[in-house]
Amino acid sequence: MLLSLRDVTKTYPGAEAPVLQRISLDLHAGEMLALTGESGSGKSTLLHLTGGLDTADRGIVAIDGTDLTPLDDPGRAALRRGTVGVIFQQFNLIPSLTVAANIAFQARLAGRYNPDRVQRLTTRLGLGDHLGKYPEQLSGGQQQRVAIARTLAPQPRLVLADEPTGNLDEATADTVFALLCELVAETGAGLILVTHSERLAARLGRRLHLRAGQLT
Amino acid sequence: MTRTIFSALFSHWRRNPLHLITLLAGLALGTALWSGVQAINAEARASYDAAAATLGEGTYAQIVAQDGAAIPQQTYVGLRRAGWLVSPVVEGDLGRVRIVGIDPLTAPRGIGPVSVGGGADLGAFVTGTGQILARADTLAALPETDATVIITPDVAPNTAIVDIGLAQRLLGRAGQIDRLIVLPEQPIKRRPLDTIAPGLIETAPPDSSEVARLTDSFHLNLTAFGLLSFVVGLFIVHGAIGLAFEQRRPMVRTLRALGVPLRRLIWLMAVELATLGLIAGLVGVALGYVVAAALLPDVAATLRGLYGADVSGQLTLRPAWWISGLAIAVGGTAVASAGALWSLARMPLLASAQPRAWVMARQGVALSMLSLTLLMLAGGLAIWGQGLSAGFIMLGALLVGGALALPPLLTLALRFGQARARSPVAQWFWADTRQQVPGLSLALMALLLAMTANVGVSTMVSSFRLTFVGFLDQRLASELYVSATDAAQAERIAAVAMAQGVVVLPILAVDAKVAGQPAEIYGARDHATYRDNWQLLRAVPDAWSVLARGEGVLVNEQLYRRADLDLGTMVPIAPGLELPIVGIYGDYGNPVGQVILNDAVFTRQFPDVTALRFGLRLDPSKVDAFRAALRDQAGVADSAMVDQAVIKAMSLSVFERTFTVTTALNILTLAVAGFAMLMSLLTLAVMRLPQLAPVWALGLPRRRLAALDLLRAVVLAALTGALALPLGLALAWALLAVVNVEAFGWRLPMYLFPMDYLRLGALALLAATLAALWPAWRLSRMPPTQLLGVFRNER
Amino acid sequence: MNVKLIAILLWLPFQAMAQGFAGLGTDAEGFAQPRPDTRLQFPADHGPHPDYRIEWWYLTANLTGPDGTPYGLQWTLFRSALAPRDGQGWDTPQLWMGHAAVTTPDAHYVTERLARGGIGQAGVTAAPFAAWIDDWRMEGPDLDTLRLTASGPDFAYDVGLTAMGPLVLHGQNGYSVKSSAGQASHYYSQPFYQLSGTLTLPEGDIAVTGTAWLDREWSSQPLAQDQTGWDWFSLSFNSGDKLMGFVLRGSSDYTSATWITAEGTTTALPDGAFTAKPLSHHSVAGRMVPVEWRVRLPEKDVDVEIKALNPDAWMATSVPYWEGPVTISGSHDGVGYLEMTGYDD
Repeated sequence: MLLSLRDVTKTYPGAEAPVLQRISLDLHAGEMLALTGESGSGKSTLLHLTGGLDTADRGIVAIDGTDLTPLDDPGRAALRRGTVGVIFQQFNLIPSLTVAANIAFQARLAGRYNPDRVQRLTTRLGLGDHLGKYPEQLSGGQQQRVAIARTLAPQPRLVLADEPTGNLDEATADTVFALLCELVAETGAGLILVTHSERLAARLGRRLHLRAGQLT
Repeated sequence: MTRTIFSALFSHWRRNPLHLITLLAGLALGTALWSGVQAINAEARASYDAAAATLGEGTYAQIVAQDGAAIPQQTYVGLRRAGWLVSPVVEGDLGRVRIVGIDPLTAPRGIGPVSVGGGADLGAFVTGTGQILARADTLAALPETDATVIITPDVAPNTAIVDIGLAQRLLGRAGQIDRLIVLPEQPIKRRPLDTIAPGLIETAPPDSSEVARLTDSFHLNLTAFGLLSFVVGLFIVHGAIGLAFEQRRPMVRTLRALGVPLRRLIWLMAVELATLGLIAGLVGVALGYVVAAALLPDVAATLRGLYGADVSGQLTLRPAWWISGLAIAVGGTAVASAGALWSLARMPLLASAQPRAWVMARQGVALSMLSLTLLMLAGGLAIWGQGLSAGFIMLGALLVGGALALPPLLTLALRFGQARARSPVAQWFWADTRQQVPGLSLALMALLLAMTANVGVSTMVSSFRLTFVGFLDQRLASELYVSATDAAQAERIAAVAMAQGVVVLPILAVDAKVAGQPAEIYGARDHATYRDNWQLLRAVPDAWSVLARGEGVLVNEQLYRRADLDLGTMVPIAPGLELPIVGIYGDYGNPVGQVILNDAVFTRQFPDVTALRFGLRLDPSKVDAFRAALRDQAGVADSAMVDQAVIKAMSLSVFERTFTVTTALNILTLAVAGFAMLMSLLTLAVMRLPQLAPVWALGLPRRRLAALDLLRAVVLAALTGALALPLGLALAWALLAVVNVEAFGWRLPMYLFPMDYLRLGALALLAATLAALWPAWRLSRMPPTQLLGVFRNER
Repeated sequence: MNVKLIAILLWLPFQAMAQGFAGLGTDAEGFAQPRPDTRLQFPADHGPHPDYRIEWWYLTANLTGPDGTPYGLQWTLFRSALAPRDGQGWDTPQLWMGHAAVTTPDAHYVTERLARGGIGQAGVTAAPFAAWIDDWRMEGPDLDTLRLTASGPDFAYDVGLTAMGPLVLHGQNGYSVKSSAGQASHYYSQPFYQLSGTLTLPEGDIAVTGTAWLDREWSSQPLAQDQTGWDWFSLSFNSGDKLMGFVLRGSSDYTSATWITAEGTTTALPDGAFTAKPLSHHSVAGRMVPVEWRVRLPEKDVDVEIKALNPDAWMATSVPYWEGPVTISGSHDGVGYLEMTGYDD
């Protein structure tokens, strides 16, 4: 089992109700899951817990059978470097690095930089002409492609995408989404996609809906 | 991984060189200000110390020939063989250089070069062709000799130290000695001086003259300025570092999200900042050196005027201020970044990456409380504090408390403006200005402190000058001051004066303890000289007549303060004599208490004391002729006659120099503060686009926006200046009435100089305007697409 | 020019302190060397030998006050030459150093003087005999009758000395070997002085009487490179016999001694005959110094314990050392003086 959540509960300090309540969930390698729900339903929180960006109050979050809960900051950082890749709605590129450096960045951090693979990714994502540019010189769609390339370059086992097309227009969103699914499928990694777009969610093999902190 | 993280951290500076430059420049300027002032201070002190150590003056009693002639070497040997531990000195000029010949075997510790460098070799110094120890510039000015020259930075300027044998040879004075230094520890059973060498007199370690004692105040001046510049520098360093963190908060978040461990990131940023701090520190110390080198000739001239001794106008690179300069840069960086790093460490990974400047507003309450606490501490120390360190802590609390009070006070003032504003643009202007206060607050605090320091120090120096000039007029009322060697000569002096119709005012003095304090009791003749020139700080009506009748005494301010006396208090002068205080006079620069009595009363009480010093009143144009008469008819040595006009002119020139230095430092501090403001404005310019774009879209042209930005800077600077004035006056008061009293026992009256403050205010506004000019110009030329970008979806 | 610097430079000719005590272990280029065939000439040899690097007039005395309190007194004049020549005026290479001390059972007063030769401030003449530095004097018509004075900030003394026996030559006719490698000095003594005079101490004047011992020694390199210091004993036994013995500490110790009968006949004893072993140490001026010794000279049936009168008799001078009066018990009883050098930290 690639990912396994058991009875995960999370309450933000000061909030009355838990944002996640006894969530249990399994995901196999190669499986693609769409997570939908209204704003505040806890889908981003679930993603953050899975990616080690945040910690659960109770329950177990295990990747490849290893529980993340007891990990300290360096341990969780190591997880984000190698095993899990996160794609953000805001792209979160490093503005002072070129496109090429941004794409290579996480793979270098993880010590898994492979020029051939990076080259393949840039070609597939149509970024070949933009390698010397800086993020601010790119359109939103292009920036998200750079972020996808950066995330996939170290070959993570699990890709977490938080509204990756939320800042893009519909046509661009479709193209980027298709590319993402295609590339993830090629690596055999698992994918959890958080979106509020029913249209995009419908295109993935498995769908879960969050409401008031519980899966329905 | 480390390399990858570094590449990301450095890419920020590569991509935004302006940020890097502002950071480095901020750090460097803060350091320069500090190290420049320190350098001047250190150099001045070192020059003194070297001069005092080389000459042995000020610390040791000396023996000289009564007639001022040379002492035969055999007399020296005779004194030694009679048990007198004395060390010979022979002096003279070789070319323009003062040659001082010493005997290293008998000289007291610390005489001569404080430490002789690695090439030191007693054998080479005392035998053979000998050695000449001096500063490099002094050696360059020396005529060719066969002695080996040794560069020794600790020797006094324009002075060369040689063995006494070599000095006698170089100066052609074989067998002659000018003076003998009397070592402080003498053997028991030593024969009296007059039985061994009747022609010689021993002079006590010179009790530094009134004028020379004021040099201590000059030092305090510089020290205070050093402290102020330190605080200003620290704020600037803090501002520069704070901005460096603000700009990179989003990147830090991204790096962590991508899997960079927090601890490693913080370490690497600390290493990065330490490196930058070190580089900037080196540049800053070098800059400080330039500043100091530019100002030092004036300082040197000041000290030369005070001491009459040479003080080098040249700067020696001293390890002490290299180290202190680097320490201030790296230490300031550490202090400033510790807070920033701490907040980074605690920043939740998922927190919004919005720059903290905007968050700072929320800390306002805590800062206001801190400010209030510090100001109360300063007030408490002013009232109840004891000792010099309490005075300096009070200064620090006052400055930092005042600085921290700035943002809430500005916010208050701007709210007031907003409430008054009618037009929508005006309302927006006030509101937007208020929103910028947190972002600009560090720079504005630096400006505040710079202006405060300027107001405070200018007030202090100017008050000092006014007081001192008045004091000189009072104290040096007589045209000529003469010291007699003995009672017989005193009588001859009186006779010569009488013959020429010159008024003689004998200076009768005896040391005593008055009201438990060490004090000097003076007998003064009733003469118009005193009535006309002496200004009493406090006095009963017709105090001079009461004094003349012998029915009261005057005391100096030091005694009045220390013994807690008041007008009318009965002062026991001697057994059986108690007189009321009828007046209190300022006695600047004197460490001990003084009591003035009528001379008739004095003579009755102390019949054994004869006057050996006299003030002589005569037509200033006849001073030279009268000096000659005293020399020829009464055998008074030239060195025993002091022309008042000369002292006065010298003292005044000292203060002119002080002014030059103060003014230059004022301008420098303001420039640095202006630069801090420029940095902040440049950083804010980018962050402010989302605020400016809607206003622009609603129809306010860019030029108008730019003009408003410029106006905003001026308004903020003016408001800051409005707070700086009272704070600066409080600072001046603290320096004059607290620190000076604690340090020297006398209080300097404080005068106000409105024109000076106006000029300073104008300079501050100018600095703010200049700082705002470039960002405003950039705004006025900003391409509309950039403003439009704010509205684009992708942002 | 600080005192420490002078200290380092003065006693030398002496470039490095590491090379033996006060640099005495350094080479001696250009200076005259002691020779075994030199015959000492008096009174000429009472005067200075400027061709030799170092020389001293070293007097120690064991005294008793009117109430029986024991005292020690030291008067020393050192001559140190920067170069093997004499001369008049300031640039003579002859430097002089005086040490004076008075030791009581609970106090030790020390003072030091430095002077240049050539100007009359310090010097020695052989006949009539006079040695002086500043106001300190050791003066007489001749060496048998001397007046000795010195003064410091807290003490002074003025005493008369009369020799009751002959001069004593150490080693081989005054040629005293200091190491197995052959370093040597010229060395003779006058150990038979009777003394009487006045000590001036902070508590007042004290009339004293006692015995004194004058050492005269000059050389250019009395120590071998590896020798770091010495322990020197001058012992006067109640029997009237006297013993001078020293241990030169080095990679291996070198000892030498002279047995002096009450009549002044001498026996020079070779290396190893005389032994001295520390019995206990005392902390003074931050160092551990042995202040109790067991001294043996089997050849003369001497086996005694030596104990310092005041273990704090530290000479805090430019070149510091320990010097003070001792008492003797064991096979023989008596008093004497102990000097220990080279206990630098």
